[in-house]
Amino acid sequence: MTNARRSLYLHLGVIALLAALFFILPAYHVSSLARIMVLAVYAMGFNLLFGYTGLLSLGHALFFATGMYGLGLAMYHFDVPAEPAFVVGVICALVVAAAVGFLALRTSGVSFMIVTLMFAQAGYLTALYFGGWTRGDEGFVIRQDARVFLGADVSTETARYFAALTLFSVVFLAIAYLVRSPFGRTLVAIRENEERTRMLGYDTHRAKLIAVILSGTISGAAGAAYALLFGYAGATFATVQYSIFPLLWVLLGGAGTTLGPLIGVVFMFYLIDLSSSVTQAYMLIAGVALVLLTLFAPQGLAGELRRRAFRWLP
Amino acid sequence: MEFGPHLMLAALEGAVTAAILALTAMGLSIVFGVMRVVNVAHGEFYMIGAVLAWVVASMVGVTPALGFLAALVIAPLVVGAIAVVADRVILERIAYDPDRTIVATIGLLYIIQQTTLMTFGPDARPVEPPFNHRLSLPWFEWGENGFAMFWPWGLSITSYKLFVILAAIAILTALWLFMTRTKAGLIMRATQQDSETAQAFGIPVGRVYSYVFGLGAGLAAMGAVLVVPIQQAHYLMGHDPLLLSFIVVIIGGLGSLPGTVIAAFLIGMSDGIISVFFSPTLAKIIATLVVALVLVFRPQGLMGRVER
Repeated sequence: MTNARRSLYLHLGVIALLAALFFILPAYHVSSLARIMVLAVYAMGFNLLFGYTGLLSLGHALFFATGMYGLGLAMYHFDVPAEPAFVVGVICALVVAAAVGFLALRTSGVSFMIVTLMFAQAGYLTALYFGGWTRGDEGFVIRQDARVFLGADVSTETARYFAALTLFSVVFLAIAYLVRSPFGRTLVAIRENEERTRMLGYDTHRAKLIAVILSGTISGAAGAAYALLFGYAGATFATVQYSIFPLLWVLLGGAGTTLGPLIGVVFMFYLIDLSSSVTQAYMLIAGVALVLLTLFAPQGLAGELRRRAFRWLP
Repeated sequence: MEFGPHLMLAALEGAVTAAILALTAMGLSIVFGVMRVVNVAHGEFYMIGAVLAWVVASMVGVTPALGFLAALVIAPLVVGAIAVVADRVILERIAYDPDRTIVATIGLLYIIQQTTLMTFGPDARPVEPPFNHRLSLPWFEWGENGFAMFWPWGLSITSYKLFVILAAIAILTALWLFMTRTKAGLIMRATQQDSETAQAFGIPVGRVYSYVFGLGAGLAAMGAVLVVPIQQAHYLMGHDPLLLSFIVVIIGGLGSLPGTVIAAFLIGMSDGIISVFFSPTLAKIIATLVVALVLVFRPQGLMGRVER
């Protein structure tokens, strides 16, 4: 079996498994899993830039929150229906990502990290400054009867799960396809050695800009979907915390693997969920787990699997 | 109140912020400069410094001054020791790999924060300043009767805040003397320049890294001890200093010590002045955007060298 075919089966298998879990798992885990899938889309957007292109952004909360507010504000203040509001959210994220990419890509390395962090911080403060519109940290709730997407009421458990699964599947397959395409290979080449890639005649600046825009747009779509599916938008999602989360998820799951983001989110989510039911000190457990993973699984969970057993993992 | 006295007050408050920030950011800068490690847990070392200051001051409890003095010595030493252990147990074993140190230090951040919450509790606790006189500040102006000195109402600063500024200057001078005039400082600078060559000349690079990491954390703790009589010790207080120190270190130029001091001064001052005269949130938005744009158009920072 060729690696491409293996990888296609793997991705379809994961999607089928997620669909099947809806019928097997109890209600509480179904609801958790819907949230996990949306956050995994966010993590996949981040991974495209960090894992595949090698650009460490600490400002992805800006894109997530832009998508969230693009949809949220349109629905809350202007009574826009859900479908066009989703498009508005995604387009807002695309525009912001293009602007940030255009400016931030003039820097590299640690400066790129800090510039993106600063832009995200400015975005967070802007959300607070226009508190009259965004209601700041407190956030606002999107009316339940407005949350109908393509005829499905996504405030119900079933529709929400399958809406999350649909978005997840589209992004999951698209990224799996993208990273095998010539463009995806160019991104990996930039990650490994940008100088050499440029000398081979590739326009690395253009490729990186496209990567930032794609990554930001996917993260924005995750933000818009989060607001729509869970009916809430607030400035908490624009904080530094939400820029650090995808980095953690991706590093835990395995940077530069298609499965890594999902594994990372599941791991982190259930780690905190399970340990907080046992003890108050869930942060302590999460901290110790992070340290142990960096010590013993330096390439993340999926990265270790690839290194030890399945060399063909995409 | 008129513009002039207002500006002077804002500048003095800004100088206090700048003093604390310079100490904290200097710790981050040294660690980055010598070890090339981005220490996300730096704000938590600052936080334990403040918490330990409260612990020591309330244990010594003879007079506020004695308690504070004990805290100023003990807290940085303990925090430095914790950092050395963290370096040995975690960072050295992952070979200071950039990505992995970020995750590991985030893990460390969680561990320290939760441990403090479980032992120290969620309350904010004050430390009494060793002395705290209210000093009225004079203002000179050409009035109806010619040049005159008067004492505008409310234009005052406490003696403790002046002490913070002086203490920070003293500590930074001592640090500068240590780096430029002692053998240990020479070894540190050699490691910073080229750790492989330093190793070849018999410098124990691993040990130097541990001490540098401890020194960085100790500087953050000193800043925190100085700050607790003004703010209170709280288990979440490490967040803002971390972000601000990052900004300072980057704006100053990575690893450049004079750049760090200049940047801390600029940022502390502008924070003090802008938030007195404008809306604090708007001021912060403008400041962050300016920082981002400085980096976009001068990526090496104010005093940094262009990377080859």
